Amino acid sequence: MSNRTLPVNIQGNHACALGAVAAGCRFYAGYPITPSSEVAERMSAELPKVGGIFIQMEDEIGSMGAIIGASMGGSKVMTATSGPGFSLKQENIGYAAMTETPCVVVNVMRGGPSTGMPTRPAQGDVMQARWGTHGDHPAIVLVPSSVKEVFDETVRAFNLAETLRTPVILLIDEVVGHLVETIALPKASELDLVDRKWADGPKKGFQPFAVTDDMVPPMPRPGDGYRAHFTGLTHDESGFPTQKPEKVAQAVGRILDKLERHRDLIESYEALQTDDAELLVVAYGITGRSARKAVAMARDKGLKAGLLRPITLWPFPEAALKEATKNARHVLVPEMNAGQLCYEVERICGTERIARLNRFDGEAISPAHILEKIEELA
Amino acid sequence: MAVAESVDNFEINDYLRLEMMPHFLCPGCGHGIAMRALLWAVHELGIDKNKLAIVSGIGCSGRMGAYVDANTFHVTHGRPLAFATGLALARPDLEVVVITGDGDALAIGGNHLIHACRRNLRMTCLLLNNEVYGMTGGQVSPTTSENRLTTTTPAGNLEPVFDACKLAEAAGAGLVGREVTLQTPTLKDLIKEGLAYPGFAFIEVISDCTEIFGRKNDLGNSPEMILSQKKSMRPDSYGTVVDEPFRPNSLPTGVLARNDRPEYGETYRNFAKSKQGRAK
Repeated sequence: MSNRTLPVNIQGNHACALGAVAAGCRFYAGYPITPSSEVAERMSAELPKVGGIFIQMEDEIGSMGAIIGASMGGSKVMTATSGPGFSLKQENIGYAAMTETPCVVVNVMRGGPSTGMPTRPAQGDVMQARWGTHGDHPAIVLVPSSVKEVFDETVRAFNLAETLRTPVILLIDEVVGHLVETIALPKASELDLVDRKWADGPKKGFQPFAVTDDMVPPMPRPGDGYRAHFTGLTHDESGFPTQKPEKVAQAVGRILDKLERHRDLIESYEALQTDDAELLVVAYGITGRSARKAVAMARDKGLKAGLLRPITLWPFPEAALKEATKNARHVLVPEMNAGQLCYEVERICGTERIARLNRFDGEAISPAHILEKIEELA
Repeated sequence: MAVAESVDNFEINDYLRLEMMPHFLCPGCGHGIAMRALLWAVHELGIDKNKLAIVSGIGCSGRMGAYVDANTFHVTHGRPLAFATGLALARPDLEVVVITGDGDALAIGGNHLIHACRRNLRMTCLLLNNEVYGMTGGQVSPTTSENRLTTTTPAGNLEPVFDACKLAEAAGAGLVGREVTLQTPTLKDLIKEGLAYPGFAFIEVISDCTEIFGRKNDLGNSPEMILSQKKSMRPDSYGTVVDEPFRPNSLPTGVLARNDRPEYGETYRNFAKSKQGRAK
């Protein structure tokens, strides 16, 4: 990466691939699906150059399994997909959460439900990214809104996955995935990269899922002599299955708690003119960029509008929203779906002040459209 | 692979997590015999337990990993070959063994099986075929013999069976073999051949489910079930290619097919090497 410091014209999906390689990703398994295939294509070209491995698996489920297997072997890993493939990956995403196996899962969102509109944008997978796999599970979901942010958030996704030993989902909408922008790729030396903690203490009596201060136990690497057991069955500190209520509560509680304890690390957002905002727009992804423009246009018209653009969708930056809505009479949530993140906003702000702006016809929401709604509310 | 011929006596306890005993398999279940044969083969080949990785799916066969003192991964239903593909590619220094069952490998995970065979990545896949979904209470599986009673075929199984070995051979597996549990030393030798094979080795172990399948079909106790497997075996086919259609009562055993060709991991690593140092 060191010689790639000049600005480059690049699409979001390629920036995701380059961000992954820069973050240390050395294993990618995927399955072709529009509109994410460019991620796989770029990875197939980049990974061999750095001694990494690319494999196109037989299906989406296998891709998810293969990256978890490679991560258990010690690699930093990623897969990318879109709606239908994201649905298929859900069971194994839960397995990664349960076995605390770091991995990055990219979902370049397209129109749904079902096969939907493969080449049209949407933001319909917000709730699936949070709740797609069964059972109570932790979820980190990042949503970039520009090509540069795709690169940066991909790097951050790897760092979070490695730090917290958990799957991290990168939600990119089709617009951002295919958007070509000029960005300056950072030098490798400018990136702060994190590797997971590997077990290096005594082998005898080693507890692979011990309750540590940071709630993230060091991971045993095969071949290092720990001979640990991993299972999707609910397990105690030893890694072996248990059904003892107190152990089950502790095990599931810890994987949820480890995210709560690291909210500072996970939460990221852009707050724009929120201090005196009487109308706050909460928008993310490409809609967040339209909203930024709309807020600027509203300010030009003398309207006290502001923007909170969550970059971390889950866990939702709750304190930031509370702060940004202090003076707000209206909270507008434009989304390219029938209304998903608005439920979380309502949970935090109450339903009274919430206004929605929804579009699920395969078109992005324009600044003018958001401005119109702002003026209507003002 | 580190092959150090060992003449020491095999002591299975050296390879077990004794703290996990008693195991949860039913009395008479053939899976324990398969596990013994595997560990015996591991012992005779001198494979380091620290380098042994066992990836298993869901079902009775999937639980075996927890009892083996190695790096063990009990993954999702039908997917052990997919997980193992990632693990074996990322860590060619490990000895990867997949343990799967007839439902795990031939129904829900069938796609991974055929593509693992096609890819020919070095690993050994043991399919423990007991003709039934035992863990869930005895439902029909893709290898349940015709007319057999299961909890979902109350009038007998109407569907034809899968011949797992023919499937694996057709899909291109490097080595294909089958053995019954009765002949444990022979099974051990077959597994040794699989472990030593520089490609994808597929071995079907004809196991028995005495408690559920045997009881439901009045097949007798475990020794009776296992002896009946021997009776229907064809020793003359040992070492030759299958040339007859599979019938439940005619099980060719031993090495059934060889398809020696490049191992995928090595092929990929050579390709990657050719790309390195050429990055712009």
